[in-house]
Amino acid sequence: MQELVNIFAKAIFVENMVFAYFLGMCSYLAVSQTVKTSLGLGAAVIFVLGMTVPINYLLENYVLAEGALTWLGEQYADVNLSFLTFILFIAVIASMVQLVEMVVEKFSPTLYSSLGIFLPLIAVNCAILGGSLFMQERSYSNITEASVFGLGSGVGFFVAIVALAAIREKIRYSNVPGPMRGLGITFVITGLMGIAFMSFMGIKL
Amino acid sequence: MSTETVDKTKDKEPLFSKKNRKLLSDPMNDDNPITVQVLGICSALAITVQLKPAVVMAMSVVFVMAAGNIIISLLRNMIPQRVRIIVMLTVIAALVILVDQVLKAYLFDVSKQLSVFIGLIITNCIIMGRFEAFAMGNGVWKSFLDGVGNAAGYGVILILVSIFREFFGTGTLWGIQLIPESWYMSNGGFYSDNGMMLLPPMALISVALIIWVQRSYNRKLIEEN
Repeated sequence: MQELVNIFAKAIFVENMVFAYFLGMCSYLAVSQTVKTSLGLGAAVIFVLGMTVPINYLLENYVLAEGALTWLGEQYADVNLSFLTFILFIAVIASMVQLVEMVVEKFSPTLYSSLGIFLPLIAVNCAILGGSLFMQERSYSNITEASVFGLGSGVGFFVAIVALAAIREKIRYSNVPGPMRGLGITFVITGLMGIAFMSFMGIKL
Repeated sequence: MSTETVDKTKDKEPLFSKKNRKLLSDPMNDDNPITVQVLGICSALAITVQLKPAVVMAMSVVFVMAAGNIIISLLRNMIPQRVRIIVMLTVIAALVILVDQVLKAYLFDVSKQLSVFIGLIITNCIIMGRFEAFAMGNGVWKSFLDGVGNAAGYGVILILVSIFREFFGTGTLWGIQLIPESWYMSNGGFYSDNGMMLLPPMALISVALIIWVQRSYNRKLIEEN
């Protein structure tokens, strides 16, 4: 249990997708204008990461890795399909995103229109593919650990995007130099938040 | 009848008409993918520590964008709306595998240096973004120009940021030492490299500086708040 809590907290603070690896920046920057839309996107990312990481974990361990096909029979023991990793992972991610898009369009048309192009772009959010690739790289010992890691990274992204949106709502009242307004100052804020989050590095529960 | 005449005028439009040239030149400045459309930031931050990988990356993205835009624009009337993301990702993944193989065959050392980042072109939102926003609704030649223009606009920013970071972070450009060795503190000089430049947060701040400069000259890009 402690191990699971450790993985969860590490994924949120120490190895935060946005601040430690700078993954998923596109939607992070573009959909953080208001706290409300950022909550919607953050929740969608938690859902997609929480679903795709365990699915890809199963794929990795029962289809892709060397010797993973042994359950089919002895003659498949030395088949290595790891060169298909990218295509299979991205196919899983794309189908999950398509599912989320249909659900959001059906149940919350306002959220759907405010997220705009960035909803289908979750599929190419590096944080999602990154989550699956980190899962592969760190070789978690069972599917529970992998799911906890996926959920944790999603929550990390959620925390980052909501925090940035809150700061941006406040900064609207400050007198930012004209050319830095909007995107420019957001980059600087993210850089400073990244430096702040670097202080979590090395912490172990 | 009326549609026929419209089609004929379209056919007669010269290859490099004013409108088409605008497709190429706009992404360089007014509609730059990174500084204005906010697409493709992740890789811009990850691979701009040195100039050489940034240039190779920019060229790979030009190829994937141009070829991908052509393919998607040819297929645009056949792709069902509901499964378009998967179709697009398959096209991108196939093109990226092609680039990866070519780099491995002819530029092995660079390909080794870039390994992960070439794979990450798949998740570069600039490509999906342009497929969605342009190639799904426009003809083949226009989509090709749009692809080349946007990828080039992306490349320009990539190269600028990597020159900035490599020069101030390690004192080199393209791996060649530019700041004389005798200037360094370790050799009794007054200069030392700014190691901060090599950390990811500085990539963000360099892009912010580029945005500042660009928008000071191009004031119509300034946002309301």
